[in-house]
Amino acid sequence: MNKTVNQKAWLFVIPVFVLVAFNAIIPLMTVVNYAFQETFGNNVFMWEGTRWFKQILLSDRFHAALGRQILFTLIILFIQIPLGIFIALTMPKEGIGVSVCLVLMSMPLLIPWNVVGAMWNIFALPDIGFLGHSLNALGFDYNFTQQSGDAWFTTVLMDVWHWTSLVVLLSYAGLRSIQPAYYQAAEIDGASRWSVFRHIELPKMKKVLTIAILLRFMDSFMIYTEPFVLTGGGPGNATAFLSIDLVKMALGQFDLGPAAAMSLIYFFIVLTVCWVFYNLMMKNEGQS
Amino acid sequence: MSKISLKNLSHSYLKSQVNKEDWALRNINIDWNDGGAYALLGPSGCGKTTLLNIISGLIDPTEGQILFNEEDVTNKNPVERNIAQIFQFPVIYDTMTVFDNLAFPLKNRGISEQEIKNKVEEIAEMLELTSTLHNRASGLTADGKQKISLGRGLVRSDVNVIMFDEPLTVIDPHLKWILRSKLKELHQKINRTMIYVTHDQTEALTFADQVVVMHEAEIVQIGTPVELFEKPRHTFVGHFIGSPGMNILPCKIDNGTISLNGNKLETKIDIKNNSFSKTEVGIRPEFIEFNESGLPVKIIKVSNTGRHKIIDTVSESGKIKVIAKSSTNIPTGSAYLNFKKDYTYVYGDNWIIE
Repeated sequence: MNKTVNQKAWLFVIPVFVLVAFNAIIPLMTVVNYAFQETFGNNVFMWEGTRWFKQILLSDRFHAALGRQILFTLIILFIQIPLGIFIALTMPKEGIGVSVCLVLMSMPLLIPWNVVGAMWNIFALPDIGFLGHSLNALGFDYNFTQQSGDAWFTTVLMDVWHWTSLVVLLSYAGLRSIQPAYYQAAEIDGASRWSVFRHIELPKMKKVLTIAILLRFMDSFMIYTEPFVLTGGGPGNATAFLSIDLVKMALGQFDLGPAAAMSLIYFFIVLTVCWVFYNLMMKNEGQS
Repeated sequence: MSKISLKNLSHSYLKSQVNKEDWALRNINIDWNDGGAYALLGPSGCGKTTLLNIISGLIDPTEGQILFNEEDVTNKNPVERNIAQIFQFPVIYDTMTVFDNLAFPLKNRGISEQEIKNKVEEIAEMLELTSTLHNRASGLTADGKQKISLGRGLVRSDVNVIMFDEPLTVIDPHLKWILRSKLKELHQKINRTMIYVTHDQTEALTFADQVVVMHEAEIVQIGTPVELFEKPRHTFVGHFIGSPGMNILPCKIDNGTISLNGNKLETKIDIKNNSFSKTEVGIRPEFIEFNESGLPVKIIKVSNTGRHKIIDTVSESGKIKVIAKSSTNIPTGSAYLNFKKDYTYVYGDNWIIE
């Protein structure tokens, strides 16, 4: 079949192109512009080459923020993925319980991020917050505004509360799509509960779990609003993750050049990790 | 290994049962003899799969008992019943190799490595899976996967019964023939009770020694393919089996005389009083002949299938199909039909009158 050539079709792409240009390409190019130059205002720029990149990549401050970020993301992935799968496995499969559970699970996902931060801030306050006050009453020396361990604990707990539901919902959808015959065959084959999970449920959930891990990686790696409202990155720099540190540098100190270079490095890390991870997970998919 | 008996078995998926339609199975009584090849035949939704899942223990029946060698197993799980079941769609463990898939039921039962290896290789040989034995199962074609499912059912040599739930649905037509004859061959070789569920009469009649016909949650007839053909005990069996099916015509019974719209009919049946709400005559197209006199019909259409001719006719009692040899000269327009007396049956409320 011959395809007709009609260059006028490009006209239809223009609206999308304009939209993408204004919300992605132009801002990104502005950042690139800042990353290679120095400015003191008045639209006067001086070429700096790769200086800001070298400065960021060699700075202890960036290393520390990156380290905190990686640690945070690993912790929440190791908690949320298994916990999400576990909750999805224990959720009812039919009846009124299904809707009740699904609504309850969706609730945290519907709350705006800064509200989540504010809620947990008040909830965890050591003197008046329910969590903070109870912990202290039970004899724990808990104060997330002053002790970095407590700040981490609270931030992780908040993120688990906020986002585990997403993993639950995705896993649940994956589990529901498994044909009953698989469970029946496993029952007849004498498979243990663990075997059913390991050889039927987990492989069938592979695709949704890949999506869940990717989404949770990206969101947690770029987390900003909730810890900003909860701890503001403190105490000290204890919970200053990459994005919080970036905003401090760009808007607090107005170091636009280094901040722009850091943005690009940050962006590149997220992109690379997602690409590598996705390709690893999907490596064997071509066969089936 | 054992005789399986179902006693007064009924099942409903609903919590309370008011109407006849609320039951998925109604009062099933049947004995499956050890080593038999059975087919469970019926249209979709008649309860075949429910019956199979009750025998295997995946579903607990609402009422009644299941006995394996006179021992009540109604409350036992599938592992304790020691049965094998193959499903409509291939069920394989994606992450395992073909070998591990076949070995899985044995491993779960703690059988020694060497024994597993011998058994799996034997089954793989039988199903022609040897060349792909160490490949990942998820890479196989649909029929390759279904062979694995079959293999997992056959790999244990001590099972009480092997049940097939329309196992060839996903298989290409030419492979269907091969796999079906393979199953038949296997049955003769391992001599184990097999129950084969299908809605395809060809599959049922070629596989089984005994065919169990189900209709609307009940068993309507159990018999050899010949019995089902020559003497259907229920009008459903008459028109479900055979192509085209049995002609069923409303009839009148008066003082032992059976008549089709005024035309007296000769049968072997001796019936005096009629207490049925509906009486019908059943005759297979194969047992009708054209004659000089008899039941007057008009000929509507003649189709030649090569082997024989199928003639559509219409009488005052309704449409009648006739099968005649290809060489037969078919009259045009009006004709008279004779029913073979030995194969003419009378049905009262759908069940045969004897």
